[in-house]
Amino acid sequence: MNTKVISLVSIGAHPTSGRSRRAEQDARAVELGLQLAGDNLQVLHAGDPQEPALRAYLGMGLAQLDVLEQPPGADALGVLGDYLREAGAQLVLTGSQAETGEGSGMLPFLLAERLGWPLVVGLAEVESIHNGVALVLQALPRGQRRRLKVRLPLLATVDNAAPKPRQSAFGPARRGVLAARTVEIVEDELLEGAELQPAKPRPKRLKVIKAKSGADRMKAATAKASGGGGQVLKGVSPEAGAQAILKLLVEEGVLR
Amino acid sequence: MSDIIRRDPRAEWIARNRLHPLHAAMQVQQSSWMGPNGVIRKNPHALGFIGPNGVKRIDRSGAQQGGSNKRSATVEVLLALHQVPVPAFYIAVAPDMVGGRLSSHDRDLLGLAHSLAGSDGAVLAVVFGEHKESNFAGNGVDRLLVLEGEEFAGYAPEQLVQGLRAVDNQFSPRHWLLPDSRTGGGELGRRFAAALGERPATRVWQVKDGLCSGRAGAGQQDLIRSVPRLILGAAECAEPVSETRHEALPVVLSTGVARHLARIEDLGPVAVDPAAIAMAEAEFIMSGGNGVKDWDLFHRATAALGATEGASRVAVDDGFMPRNRQVGATGTWVTARVYLAVGISGAIQHLQGIGACDKVVAINLDAGCDMIKRADLSVIGDSAEILQALIEAVENYRGDAKRDAA
Repeated sequence: MNTKVISLVSIGAHPTSGRSRRAEQDARAVELGLQLAGDNLQVLHAGDPQEPALRAYLGMGLAQLDVLEQPPGADALGVLGDYLREAGAQLVLTGSQAETGEGSGMLPFLLAERLGWPLVVGLAEVESIHNGVALVLQALPRGQRRRLKVRLPLLATVDNAAPKPRQSAFGPARRGVLAARTVEIVEDELLEGAELQPAKPRPKRLKVIKAKSGADRMKAATAKASGGGGQVLKGVSPEAGAQAILKLLVEEGVLR
Repeated sequence: MSDIIRRDPRAEWIARNRLHPLHAAMQVQQSSWMGPNGVIRKNPHALGFIGPNGVKRIDRSGAQQGGSNKRSATVEVLLALHQVPVPAFYIAVAPDMVGGRLSSHDRDLLGLAHSLAGSDGAVLAVVFGEHKESNFAGNGVDRLLVLEGEEFAGYAPEQLVQGLRAVDNQFSPRHWLLPDSRTGGGELGRRFAAALGERPATRVWQVKDGLCSGRAGAGQQDLIRSVPRLILGAAECAEPVSETRHEALPVVLSTGVARHLARIEDLGPVAVDPAAIAMAEAEFIMSGGNGVKDWDLFHRATAALGATEGASRVAVDDGFMPRNRQVGATGTWVTARVYLAVGISGAIQHLQGIGACDKVVAINLDAGCDMIKRADLSVIGDSAEILQALIEAVENYRGDAKRDAA
């Protein structure tokens, strides 16, 4: 396959210890890219090339990882957009949101807007790429899938429905090359007006019972869950009952 | 108030006490009297009273108790009407409308919108396509804008963004609120933010004193900033509206929505193996219990309907279903939108496990069981016959759909 595939990666953070690691979803983007393009996959990061966690991506079997050198707190949008346009990428894969920093998940959307490319959210599988048209499967909530037909070039985000990333091996991680290049630095103005704090635990929502009388409160505390006023079909033929059930299933749209 | 019929000792006491000022007023209807021609007329319906179990009782001892036919009717509490005749500004909300109804996430967001709107602003809900929601007014919607059209059907996120842009041009809302959910709101909100060039606050869980707090990164940090124009709210970001009633006045767009050339073509949903979907997040579950005798038929029925299989504890203990399919307190707490319970009487542990389900359908022989009380639709009858009929009905339905498509 001669489609140029680029995966964008970031530095992740371990959910418990906060130690830097390869980001879970970005690793899935690399895995999907490796399955599509093999050795031709290009992996791109904007940030500090000295970061040791980047080597975890190299350990997935990459010979080289390109780094656009930026200090922390710089805006990656412009430099990534310029780079992707120059590189002639056809398919760009990213994770849904970063594990460090703001993590708003806006980057793929802003990149797509800037490049004027279509964006597919929650890519699960690329079925085929033919004549510059890709057939892809999009992951929906509740384990469902949707088939989409998109013209390349295409930007796609992956989430946890994408294939599991392969393990990172130590040897290739040592041998791989982190190719840094210097780029123009644009400061991100967000953190001037906002601050990052350690997350506060969210208050648990209480079940407030707004009863006007004691009897209501008693009932709310003791009553069993009941839909109340459901339709009961008694003494009907099995066919009529089945039709009623079928009607409800069709109305709810669960019957495919 | 409950429907239980209660004795009213005071009324009984008044009925016994002929000297009480209310005695005449509270007397029960006469059951026999002298007619104009000197014939005794009788009203057989006035005789007796409704007993505590709802059965009519006739007390022939002559000591009929007062307060007959008196039932404590359910009092519908009418909430205060919140009106915004001339809105000073709008707070726009684009709810997810999963399955055509407001989800709990949407309701939380409408609650947040109501608190941001205060008394001068109006909450404008923007709904795409047809909906089945009947209680917009009770959830804090002051103005309702329904954008219909076949261009919004299917997966058309870029067209939806055009729709939101048209709303933005006409109403220029002070804030836009969208649910930061995987069911569409998170994606639509980010696309809209990128199109507007606004920087949204994402995963917002609190808006207070002009500051909004949202989770940042992998959830280890909070980002606290002043409230931006576009807010993507997390679930439970505010309390839903419960104290007021709203008007939900329909409004329309004065201009048409620009058509966006679809770059993403929706080829429709793909059949997935229902058994591969985790029970906790399956959308449509069919569970079997003690009332299922023919398990082959049950498996065929789930395959025909494309439902994920579940089971009650009895079916699992008896070895008909694997342990990981058990629904209930000790098994999986499911969140299905439609739950079809076959031959399950509804132990409280099982009902707890399906507490989050939207629509429950029950097939059972016993019309008095707890599952019937919980269910939105129940069919009383033999499960084997009904399942067989259901398989045939589904096959007919699929056949018709195929013929229509051809």
